[in-house]
Amino acid sequence: MPGLKTAWKEYLEESMLPHMWCPGCGNGIALGALTRALAELKLPRHKVVVVTGIGCWGKADDYLSTNALHGTHGRALAFATGVKAARPELTVVVLMGDGDGATIGGNHLIHAARRNIDLTAVVVNNYNYGMTGGQVSATTPAGAITSTTRYGNPERDFDLCRLVEAAGANYVARGTVYHVPQLDRLIRDGIAKKGFSFIEVVSPCPTHFGRRNRLGPAVQMMKLLKERAVHVGSAAAKGGELPEGSFFIGKLAERDDPDFNTSYEKMRKKALAKGTESS
Amino acid sequence: MNEPANGSKIKDKNESTVGRGSKETRRLFLQGNEAIAEGAVAAGARFYAGYPITPSSEIAEVCSEKLLEAGGVYIQMEDELGSIAAVIGASLTGVKAFTATSGPGFSLMQENLGVAILGEVPCVVVNVQRSGPSTGLATRPAQADVMQARWGRHGDQHLIVLSPATVQECFELTVTAFNLAERFRVPVVLLADEIVAHMRENVALPDPAQIKIVNRKKPTCPPEEYLPFKPDPDGVPPLADFGSAYVFHVTSSMHGERGYSQNDPANAQAKIRRLFTKLENHLDEILLVKHHYNREEELDLLIVAFGCTVRPARAAALRAFGRKVGVLQLITLWPFPDALVAQAAARARALLVPELNMGQVGREVERVVGKAKPVFGLPKSNGEGFTPGEISARIEEVFACLG
Amino acid sequence: MCQIKIDPKRCKHCGICIAFCPQEVFGADCRGAPVVERAEKCTACGLCVMRCPDFALEVGEKGK
Repeated sequence: MPGLKTAWKEYLEESMLPHMWCPGCGNGIALGALTRALAELKLPRHKVVVVTGIGCWGKADDYLSTNALHGTHGRALAFATGVKAARPELTVVVLMGDGDGATIGGNHLIHAARRNIDLTAVVVNNYNYGMTGGQVSATTPAGAITSTTRYGNPERDFDLCRLVEAAGANYVARGTVYHVPQLDRLIRDGIAKKGFSFIEVVSPCPTHFGRRNRLGPAVQMMKLLKERAVHVGSAAAKGGELPEGSFFIGKLAERDDPDFNTSYEKMRKKALAKGTESS
Repeated sequence: MNEPANGSKIKDKNESTVGRGSKETRRLFLQGNEAIAEGAVAAGARFYAGYPITPSSEIAEVCSEKLLEAGGVYIQMEDELGSIAAVIGASLTGVKAFTATSGPGFSLMQENLGVAILGEVPCVVVNVQRSGPSTGLATRPAQADVMQARWGRHGDQHLIVLSPATVQECFELTVTAFNLAERFRVPVVLLADEIVAHMRENVALPDPAQIKIVNRKKPTCPPEEYLPFKPDPDGVPPLADFGSAYVFHVTSSMHGERGYSQNDPANAQAKIRRLFTKLENHLDEILLVKHHYNREEELDLLIVAFGCTVRPARAAALRAFGRKVGVLQLITLWPFPDALVAQAAARARALLVPELNMGQVGREVERVVGKAKPVFGLPKSNGEGFTPGEISARIEEVFACLG
Repeated sequence: MCQIKIDPKRCKHCGICIAFCPQEVFGADCRGAPVVERAEKCTACGLCVMRCPDFALEVGEKGK
């Protein structure tokens, strides 16, 4: 894939670099994976709309040269639903963090999945609210230390992939910023898949989550991703129970239910036929 | 001047066509909410995202049918935050988009309405006001969201708010709301109320060809030169569609002309100032009032009213035997029509502002003319509309006070 | 032998390229910034480019 080494730069707004993310933050890696996925699908920039929410990963639109809509905290999927429902021919990619996409925006997440609207949500999960100082989120593991759970998180975390799968998404996958070639493929396949696609990207926040939970600097946190991620197709995965702290990566669920726009078009055809009859 | 132009028509199997003005004019017996939905379709709206709430739900119900028949999109979102967000997303693809709600839902929409203001996204939000605060006297009438419509969001910003007083105006002002939204790249709030929205009246829907429709300015420069927030001399930047050859960014963060986020203080000040001036430099296109009296005459009392209060105010004015009482109907509530109120007040001895709230418009009238004329209020917040008798009684008190 | 370019304006010294290069091409200077120490070992696999969070690395084709 020699062409890919430069083709993806077309989607990157290099004039905005260096970006605002901390040293060792995985957001830049996830952004690279997204641009390579867009390049591999050869999507023209003007046919792509990237919708972002608020948070560290929500700033990603500043570094992209596609169309972009940067909205409010938790609402990115709702903004994106408007874009996609109005213009089904556009490729709409939604970038949210775990706080944005799964905590304040949890309701929109399950409804976007239920509606099975043809959006691709790329949720970077760093287990806490990075931008506001490392507070607890809906994906912070039980017991973990954050700036608002000083004695440990008393609440359980969401398994986002299981949540979204249960809500009806057509494509559900998890990757990490350590396993980049795989992450490129997961995002690419998610975009190519009709219906709601959800890719959780496990990523280090060395500044807050890593520091408070003594997980070491970025390099150590990347090593942890390597150790704890279990490929769904692997022999280890088939062995049964996951060890504490481990998680599956890869394509976790796929189905071919009709997407929102396809179902909607059927209803609209009926309505248009009625409109013609009565005139 | 400053009197609203007429609105429109759409085909319906129940229509009756009569030759009043135009041979295509249809006369229908409609509810205010139905007239708003008809007005939206006539204005070219093809996208509605909303969440049901009384007393606005009929707008959603009519749109779920009419918009599909017109080839458009109706989507019921999971809440009002999502509704206005979807409207903004849809509008940026070039479609005229709107939502309708009532007080509690309008409260939920405020943050994203700020996105539409800063991002300069044309859209229309219908707020059929009901009693509050909170669930309040669900779902009785009120006019208490005047200040929320103007100031409900954090930060400095400006927008347009229109208020219909009749079912006919529900139709016409919905068309006007879309036209102003498109003209100025700004959200427009149609601030209706439960009484106007649920009242049924005969409405004349004109031939669509006779309805003035305004569409947003599109860029004409080469795509690579397009700056989505670079204003034309009128202060309004042209807006491309997502999916066209023009690639652009819209952000809720402070941004430069390119639409990428920018923290430069001079840029931020210029942008905020322009959000005000793009409206304030064109007040002649925005401010609408109706004078329900002979403007040549000096008045003993000028009643300033809006929405459902106009009708009982006019009835009370007619009953004020021996005194000259006129009603100035405010259609544009924001930007507040300072000059038009001052002009009308100059020929009146005193002013009276009856309203279904604790004095929100009264305070504005006082700000404008309070130093020159006595301004009396008639606030009411019990979940009921005014009767003409209540306003008449207050008129008598005012005259007793004036001596 | 490949051309490896490090953009010092973008690099934030996170150390990821140094730690995870399969061929251990990179070393660190006294500030923790990566330096190309064994360019001849580079196979142009591109993993460092993909894992660099800062878009600070470019690797040419093998032999270029």
